[in-house]
Amino acid sequence: MLKIEHVSITFNEGTPDEKRALQNINLHLDEGDFVTVIGGNGAGKSTMMNVISGNLISDVGHIYIGGEQVDHLPEFKRSQFIGRVFQDPMAGTAPSMTIEENLANAFSRNKPRRLRLGVNKERREQFREHLRTLNLGLEDRLTAKVGLLSGGERQALSLLMATFTEPSILLLDEHTAALDPARAELITNLTSEIVEEFNLTTMMVTHNMQQALDMGNRLIMMDAGQIIFDVSGEEKQSLTIEDLLEEFQRIRGRQLASDKAVLG
Amino acid sequence: MFLALFGAIESGMIYAIMALGVYLSFRVLDFPDLTVDGSFVTGAAVASISILNGLPPVLGTVLGATAGFVAGCITGVLHTKGKINALLSGILMMIALYSINLRIMGQPTLSLLNESSLKTQMVSIWEKTGIDKVLNSVLSFLGIERFPNTWGIVIIMLFVIIIIKVLADYFLMTEVGLALRATGDNQRMIRSFSANTDTLIIIGIGISNGLVAFSGALIAQHGGFADVGMGIGMIIIGLASVIIGEALFGTKTIIRATIAVILGAVIYRIVVTLALRVDFLDTGDMKLITALLVIVALVAPKILQAQREKKRRERKRAALPVEDVKNA
Repeated sequence: MLKIEHVSITFNEGTPDEKRALQNINLHLDEGDFVTVIGGNGAGKSTMMNVISGNLISDVGHIYIGGEQVDHLPEFKRSQFIGRVFQDPMAGTAPSMTIEENLANAFSRNKPRRLRLGVNKERREQFREHLRTLNLGLEDRLTAKVGLLSGGERQALSLLMATFTEPSILLLDEHTAALDPARAELITNLTSEIVEEFNLTTMMVTHNMQQALDMGNRLIMMDAGQIIFDVSGEEKQSLTIEDLLEEFQRIRGRQLASDKAVLG
Repeated sequence: MFLALFGAIESGMIYAIMALGVYLSFRVLDFPDLTVDGSFVTGAAVASISILNGLPPVLGTVLGATAGFVAGCITGVLHTKGKINALLSGILMMIALYSINLRIMGQPTLSLLNESSLKTQMVSIWEKTGIDKVLNSVLSFLGIERFPNTWGIVIIMLFVIIIIKVLADYFLMTEVGLALRATGDNQRMIRSFSANTDTLIIIGIGISNGLVAFSGALIAQHGGFADVGMGIGMIIIGLASVIIGEALFGTKTIIRATIAVILGAVIYRIVVTLALRVDFLDTGDMKLITALLVIVALVAPKILQAQREKKRRERKRAALPVEDVKNA
């Protein structure tokens, strides 16, 4: 479903600030795969998301979604296939528009926008059905402006908007990080339900190792622009936080040693 | 007095079309577009030169609006493709249009007084209906002695502005319109729902300036002349209309916001007309009055809000038992 081949990107090339944000990334996700991505700050997690979504264009390498090469499509064209939820609960919705208008905007993702009403009776009913699955009572507030909703409600709405048109790929960029623990749990549960319901191919960046272990069928760890660890299936199910930390130490330690050998 | 107010309402409704254009760029797209000062004149210039060259006034007016649309699109292209700051791309276009408008007109002022314009056509059709007599007899019943020249312009403009308002409301609720509004609200979000924000901005600023130029074309025919300087400060007049309207009538829904802008434009005209009747003010002071109006409309609601808050807090504190206040 998603294939990333030899993708590299360097920021500020040729200056003292040069940063090799992604180095020869290769990744293949099957349909229905749910991969969680962990790694420290500056490891390249968000850069990888941005390269997939088209927000950044990679220097080299190719990206395929559902077999179609997308690496030269601009962001707005790729987003026909990609649903995204951002870390900032304010980022995924238009605050001065109503809930139903926001949903109508999301509804138009994979079809041309025309000069016909964005919200009609039939769609309103459909939106109400989808909102009901959130269990937040938003189905009774269709004409409320989204700016009036709480951060948790907005993020739940963002999640629904990103997913109910069943995109080929769902990208979640630390989408629970800015919420209080109760709201974060709510969004986490909703995410699991929605991903399962639509069988979405999902990539989720998180700083919460427990979340990374609990969710999905695959886990990758990134560091310095590389994927340094990749587990799936039963091996992932049996993994613990201690295992992850140990694994990180082991891999980085070895690399540090080999760096020393090269430099020495 | 009545005649002055009547005139203010008449021209206010024509300027309301311009104000709707400004609302579209300033509020809907969140794009402070100064092209308006130039495109207003472009509309007037194209319509006037077309009429002087014998084209039907309706066609001239449509051409004027189209020229404004094109000018707005160019501003949009400068901003989106040329990555020029929104304010600056508008200013650049405004300056460029000054020369272009002079070229279109061939001279700084064009007179339409002896030409057949939309105004003269409307008035001659209107006079055949005989409605004026009825309305004027109502006026004399109310004790008003001096009658306006014609009721035709006010009533026809009322229909025109209602049609434009309904079309604008509908457009802003279509799929394209919703994407346009989201572009002004949260560009990153709407791009993640496969909307081409560049194209939306270009079209949106185009439509905005099309409306402005349409208004300019009508004002030229209403006043009987086009002048290369007639657009100076137009953006502030449009902004004044938008802000006054919003402050008085609210913006809860699109339907309400557009009616607020239209009424704002008419009220602005009335206020300026009344202000100019004060002895020590003359027409040259109009821009100053406009600027003051905008400042008042922007600041007054905030002061009122702050005072209401203060009173609310005082009420709450007064309601507390005395010891609580001491402890606090």
